[in-house]
Amino acid sequence: MLEVAELLVVSLNLDISPPEIEPQAPLFGEGLGLDSIDILEVALVVSKRYGFQLRSDDQDNIRIFRSLENLAAHIAAHRTL
Amino acid sequence: MSAAIPLLGHTRPDAPFAYRPQGTVGVAGFLDDVHRVAGALPGGGHVLNVCRDRYRFTVGLAACLVAGKVSLLPSTHTPEMVRQLKIFAPDAFCLNDGCDPGIDLPHVAFPDAGPTAPARARPVPAIPAERLVAYVFTSGSTGAPIPHKKHWGHLVGNAGAGARSLGLDDGRTHSVVGTVPPQHMYGFESTVLVSLHGGAAAWSGRPFYPADIAAALAGVPRPRVLVTTPFHLRSLLDAGIAIPEIDLVVSATAPLSAALAHAAETRLGARLQEIYGSTETGQIATRYPTAGIEWTLMRDIGLETAGDHPFRTFASGGHVEGRVPLGDVLEITAGNRFLLHGRNADLINIAGKRTSLAYLNHQLTHLPGVLDGCFYMPDEDGGDGITRLIACAVAPGLSAADLTRALRRVIDPVFLPRPLLLVGALPRNATGKLPRPALQGLLAEHLSPRAAP
Repeated sequence: MLEVAELLVVSLNLDISPPEIEPQAPLFGEGLGLDSIDILEVALVVSKRYGFQLRSDDQDNIRIFRSLENLAAHIAAHRTL
Repeated sequence: MSAAIPLLGHTRPDAPFAYRPQGTVGVAGFLDDVHRVAGALPGGGHVLNVCRDRYRFTVGLAACLVAGKVSLLPSTHTPEMVRQLKIFAPDAFCLNDGCDPGIDLPHVAFPDAGPTAPARARPVPAIPAERLVAYVFTSGSTGAPIPHKKHWGHLVGNAGAGARSLGLDDGRTHSVVGTVPPQHMYGFESTVLVSLHGGAAAWSGRPFYPADIAAALAGVPRPRVLVTTPFHLRSLLDAGIAIPEIDLVVSATAPLSAALAHAAETRLGARLQEIYGSTETGQIATRYPTAGIEWTLMRDIGLETAGDHPFRTFASGGHVEGRVPLGDVLEITAGNRFLLHGRNADLINIAGKRTSLAYLNHQLTHLPGVLDGCFYMPDEDGGDGITRLIACAVAPGLSAADLTRALRRVIDPVFLPRPLLLVGALPRNATGKLPRPALQGLLAEHLSPRAAP
């Protein structure tokens, strides 16, 4: 989880330290305030580091980026590296 | 009285009009959908069409044309923008296709056809050239968005000029895959108008991730056109995945770096063409960035520089409605060619969304509890990444999170500052102005070394 939090902070240059990202807080909007530009940046870093491509026809796409916890779980389930 | 122009430029009823996951939609099927949706729209005269599916958006737009309704195309759907739209058009309703974006207007769900309904042969509706099709909006320097009218005759001219400049008018049906929304002027022209009057058929989806773009391209026949932005293009190339053959890549919203243009042509094996335009004028010029940096104006469009404002350029003629000042600094090099030297200082363009520092500063300083404040645009790095805004505010007793939450209601998320700094005072000079060096000094004090401008 902390590894994914670090990935978010480094790839998006966020003004927060990785442990400060709450696992269940929303990544979009009111929470961390990410938008679709950030999502593409994160997807790129995820594909490089974990060896799989994100797809938005995946019905779970909104759920995946709902929180750090969900994103970390999705990566754990799909990583090939 | 001016002439009427058909809704579609197609000459055959069995020509493909669009591609959807469930199959190809022909011209006859499209006309049938337009007729059905036009009959299902409620009484209001203005429609905020937020359909995410490109085909449904296009059907909705055409249904409004047939039913005599005007489409509203704002650049953002923040609660504040919707409030302003209700003042502008109190009879407005929202046409959407499933997702509920939390827009405070009466909603009408896009009525999909039943699975077995056979398309009936219908005549192509004729639309008077002077019919008002849509209002597009830009942000002014104060609260209210500025409406710009788009008329049918001009939009048909726009589609034809764009198709000719991009070489889509060779008699073949070009398949268009767009990563940009149909509601944004660039996506509206290059995916929707080219479907109606440019000989193209568009993929209905809006692929987002690189793997989605590759899958969408694989789902449509050649010749294929990818309508995208520098940001999406960079993401696609960086992913390092297999990409189906593309015949033309079109980019707009921000200038492409030479490195990315060359990389795209090499990797994708396709010519890359850039479009220059604005919400007010629509597309007005194109260039092949790997062949030269000069832009060539589209058919019948002219530029002039006003004498009293040496850096102010106006566009007119062709499909441009009226005489429109441009937000960029242009240098006219020949009759129909020019160089682009960047934006006028006050204008901001992030990921294709445009606003002005004056507008953002107005919104920030009018938040309850904010005594003073300003936005700052760091110098862009010349790459194809996205540069974010920074803001400083004097707001005793409030937190950055409080202010960000309040800003989110009034400005588009791409313009939210990263970071928003709370300071004791802004370094205003004797005339109340904020010199950029003084502001940079203040920012350097407050930002970590990595994020310093």
